[in-house]
Amino acid sequence: MMSGGYLLSLLIWLPIVGGFAVLFFGDRVLVAKWLSLIVSGLSLVLSVPLWTSFKTGTAAMQFVERSPWISTIHSEYYIGVDGISMPLILLTTFTTVLIVIASWTNVEKRVAQYFAAFLILEGLMIGVFAALDGVLFYVFWEAMLIPMFIIIGVWGGPRRVYATIKFFLYTFIGSLLMLVALIYMYLKSGSYELAVFQHMPLTLTEQTFIFLAFFAAFAVKVPMWPVHTWLPDAHVEAPTGGSVVLAAIMLKMGGYGFLRFSLPIAPDASRELDWLIIGLSLIAVVYIGFVALAQRDMKKLIAYSSIAHMGFVTLGMFIGFQIVAATGRTSGISMGLDGAIVQMLSHGLVSGAMFLCVGVMYDRVHSREISAYGGVINTMPKFAAFMVLFALANSGLPGTSGFIGEFMVILASFKANVWYAFLAATILVLGAAYTLWLVKRVIFGEVANDKVAALKDLNGREFLVLGVLAAAVLLVGLWPAPLLDVMRASTQQLAQQLLVSKIAP
Amino acid sequence: MQSIYLTIALAPLVAAVIAGLFGKSIGRAGAHSITILGVGISCILSCYVLYQIVFAGQAPFNGAVYTWLVSDGVTMDVGFLIDRLSALMMVVVTFVSLMVHVYTIGYMHDDAGYQRFFSYISLFTFSMLMLVMSNNFVQLFFGWEAVGVVSYLLIGFWYTRPTAIFANLKAFLVNRVGDFGFVLGIAAVLRYTGSMDYATVFAHADQIAAAQIHVSSSIVWPAITFTCICLFVGAMGKSAQVPLHVWLPDSMEGPTPISALIHAATMVTAGIFMVARMSPLFELSETALSTVLIIGSTTAFFMGLLGIVNNDIKRVVAYSTLSQLGYMTVALGVSAYSAGIFHLMTHAFFKALLFLAAGSVIMAMHHEQDMRKMGGLKKYMPITYWTCLVGSLALIGFPGSSGFFSKDALIDAVHESHRTGSGYAYFCVLTGVFITALYTFRMFFMTFEGKERMDHHTQEHLHESPWVVTVPLILLAIPSALIGWFAVKPVLFGDYFGGAIHVLPANDVLGRVGEEFHGSGAFVWSALTALPVWFAALGVFTAWVFFLKRPDLADSAERRFKWLHTILVNKYGFDWFNEHVIMVAARALGGGLWRFGDQIVIDEGLVNGSARTVGWLGSVMRYAQSGYLYHYAFAMILGLASFLLWILWRT
Repeated sequence: MMSGGYLLSLLIWLPIVGGFAVLFFGDRVLVAKWLSLIVSGLSLVLSVPLWTSFKTGTAAMQFVERSPWISTIHSEYYIGVDGISMPLILLTTFTTVLIVIASWTNVEKRVAQYFAAFLILEGLMIGVFAALDGVLFYVFWEAMLIPMFIIIGVWGGPRRVYATIKFFLYTFIGSLLMLVALIYMYLKSGSYELAVFQHMPLTLTEQTFIFLAFFAAFAVKVPMWPVHTWLPDAHVEAPTGGSVVLAAIMLKMGGYGFLRFSLPIAPDASRELDWLIIGLSLIAVVYIGFVALAQRDMKKLIAYSSIAHMGFVTLGMFIGFQIVAATGRTSGISMGLDGAIVQMLSHGLVSGAMFLCVGVMYDRVHSREISAYGGVINTMPKFAAFMVLFALANSGLPGTSGFIGEFMVILASFKANVWYAFLAATILVLGAAYTLWLVKRVIFGEVANDKVAALKDLNGREFLVLGVLAAAVLLVGLWPAPLLDVMRASTQQLAQQLLVSKIAP
Repeated sequence: MQSIYLTIALAPLVAAVIAGLFGKSIGRAGAHSITILGVGISCILSCYVLYQIVFAGQAPFNGAVYTWLVSDGVTMDVGFLIDRLSALMMVVVTFVSLMVHVYTIGYMHDDAGYQRFFSYISLFTFSMLMLVMSNNFVQLFFGWEAVGVVSYLLIGFWYTRPTAIFANLKAFLVNRVGDFGFVLGIAAVLRYTGSMDYATVFAHADQIAAAQIHVSSSIVWPAITFTCICLFVGAMGKSAQVPLHVWLPDSMEGPTPISALIHAATMVTAGIFMVARMSPLFELSETALSTVLIIGSTTAFFMGLLGIVNNDIKRVVAYSTLSQLGYMTVALGVSAYSAGIFHLMTHAFFKALLFLAAGSVIMAMHHEQDMRKMGGLKKYMPITYWTCLVGSLALIGFPGSSGFFSKDALIDAVHESHRTGSGYAYFCVLTGVFITALYTFRMFFMTFEGKERMDHHTQEHLHESPWVVTVPLILLAIPSALIGWFAVKPVLFGDYFGGAIHVLPANDVLGRVGEEFHGSGAFVWSALTALPVWFAALGVFTAWVFFLKRPDLADSAERRFKWLHTILVNKYGFDWFNEHVIMVAARALGGGLWRFGDQIVIDEGLVNGSARTVGWLGSVMRYAQSGYLYHYAFAMILGLASFLLWILWRT
């Protein structure tokens, strides 16, 4: 364990404190905006040393802070990052700044509260990724939902109440089961430390119950089929910033949970139940791929596309057991894990960018219907260039970040079974079909109507946000090696953990 | 040398970025100057590299430029393999590209998207170079997809045309079906060799050959056959082999220069190149090679037939391209990889020439592409006429032309082969010669000879194209006519490719053909008594009778064989099937899963269903909380009584 001062704490609490500070400027909108920009910008700057000072050779937790917290239940304020969580924290700080800039003028009511919600959310999400104590993790995990409910419920569309309640019920019920599992393990071990959970022996039955409890929490978040229907509704009703944070970061919580809890704590149960995850993942890719084809609402289409892409995340994580079963060798496990994590990060960039693109059009036309558009390229050529780029990234074009994760997961799943790879690879066709058909209907063609004819191209602020995202998508796509170097030690350790049975002798 | 290779690849990229991002500030002249400069540098350096390797005896280069990523102990690099195969491809690609760049100045002269067009074609050149220069599967796939994307952007270049944006989506998706197979092939390669690097993979090809794939509990396939067929599915998409050919004719919606560059000379031959590059793998699977052979011959024969009934000048050339790609694939299928690559090279010159000539005609005709409205253009456009004649003769394999050498050797090689399907293939490629000559000269006669059928206004303005158009035509006509004479011996029968192409001794059909080879002149002389030349002559004669001398005969033949004509005009129903069965089914399935699966079963059934169940439970439970004291007292008595009963029963 390497200590790193108070950097992580600063990253968690600066946005939260900053968010509450912004609330005080509720009547002075400009001050609130600038303060939000400064706080989120400062968080981004502060998160850079996480990367630059990160030691790549080790799977040990870094930037660790540890002090007693709730001593009666032996819960500690215990945080730190490894190669899995660190990139996700950077994704969070990066995305939040972009959301603040992108939301600069497109909210009219309760502006300060809107920005404050995003800042507080940022801190809580970083807390989720950094927590190494079960209770601390749970607190951040649940607290994070509150600003999200508020964002959808207050600034959302006409059916926002339905969407919020659906979102709440789904995620909350799952989380409660996770709490039960955490308490059970605490009663058994006398500690809430995740490392203790990961090393304590557990019978297969115990592991199975623990696995299913966590599964309830994480599968909803990913979201996996068939508990995915909250996502399209939530996206459709959420304001642009809410959709971006939901797609870019919140969906990653589920995948992160599988990596941090399910796999290392219950490796034997994971092996026993891997067919379930693999099956649901492949359904997500194929079934949802077809469903996305049928969408008429741009946000719904991208939401369904997200579910299909997240199928690759869960597939890559759980494919390892079958690789061992099929080949008798371990090579391929960590490629699946690497692919899953890269897919999470890339999806954060690409789907975030896609939702921002929809937001740009929605701000002007006030419709999300595909049929309300057509020939946007004629009036918004710069925007069209970005949209086509992100659409190609969403279709997994090599050279963009969208390719890497899909490719690695397909390579890994081929080692387990030809048919897994076969079904997973259908995304090459389906993903391109629903994404580029969207582009054809919205971007290309003759100017469809007067509203499209009156469109104004990107302003400087929008150009900046999309340009930065485009650069990130291309940079990761062309040179992912540094990212993989950061993750390597952690994913390899996790791959090792999967192979060691925890069943008590 | 590495910096030279990097310059070759990056010069077009830099030019593309400058023309694309700063097109407005550098203007039209700036855009075409910078991109022509970029591609020109690449072309000159490629020629230098070819010279170094072929004549100066330089060893092949194989090295990484940078590490793309490392995962699970597998290193994926961006790197170059420059051997005789890639050097040849680099010269072909950059030369044709340079010609097309110059030609574009004239062809796109009035287009509003001038700079954008130059940026795209330079970007294409970069992508294609990365594809052919690659030393590993990952970068191959990069280039593979990148050329696909640029093709997508260029087919849809005129993005307001509904046909163009339909065609580009179709092209991309059909190619993705091919890539679907390609990715599985790459995954199989990694599974059995543990590497993505060509050299390592080929060195361990025997590991793939030794492995088996359990498709189901009872079906087991040899891994090598599976791998090669999957890789070939990728080639079928990119090189437009039946049934994944449907996108290529529609791709003619793009501007003509890119039809010449992308959809004739370079990108569509990527599949041919790829299979030749993978010869160490394909050689190990007879089944895969037979598949290649049969698909290739089917494409060569049946797609050629479609050229006879089409009246759009570009589409005729496009069907001809399909048919010629089939010829190349046939060559691969009989293990005559060198013949495939040789035909690829000659075809790149004469087919680019034919497309550019067609473009020159289209410009003169004010963007009219229907050959029924042309005729007699010979006297207005002499340079286009003569260069197009050279291209046409090369295409039909006129003795001595470049196409003659490549096609005749190819047919001889098929004749020598005893592989399953080679009889069918021989029939297809031989009768294909007649068909090729027929549709080629039908096009030639309808365009340049006979009555002038255009309207008066067009006729008044007919004139030869400017020099930026005619000079590339002439420069392409020279290799189309001559390159066969001195290239046939080293490339086909010498050891030109050395280690770059691998053929098992038992499969070496070209070697057997080569035993009969005694110089280019003798090759031409002996061919005069062989079938293909006479088939070609018969084709030209038939075209002359039916489409120039007695057009009424063509009409009556059309009436007599109405059923055949209908089948051909409907392109065997592939498009109908794709649009009315596959597309409809996919959308219906998507809509059905969404409405039934998501909305009814999950949302109505499970989610709102559980909400209703909870609500119903609540409404029932409500009765228990009536607020009446006697209800509660009664419940207490009931509870107490049951409790006592339980204790009694226990004791």
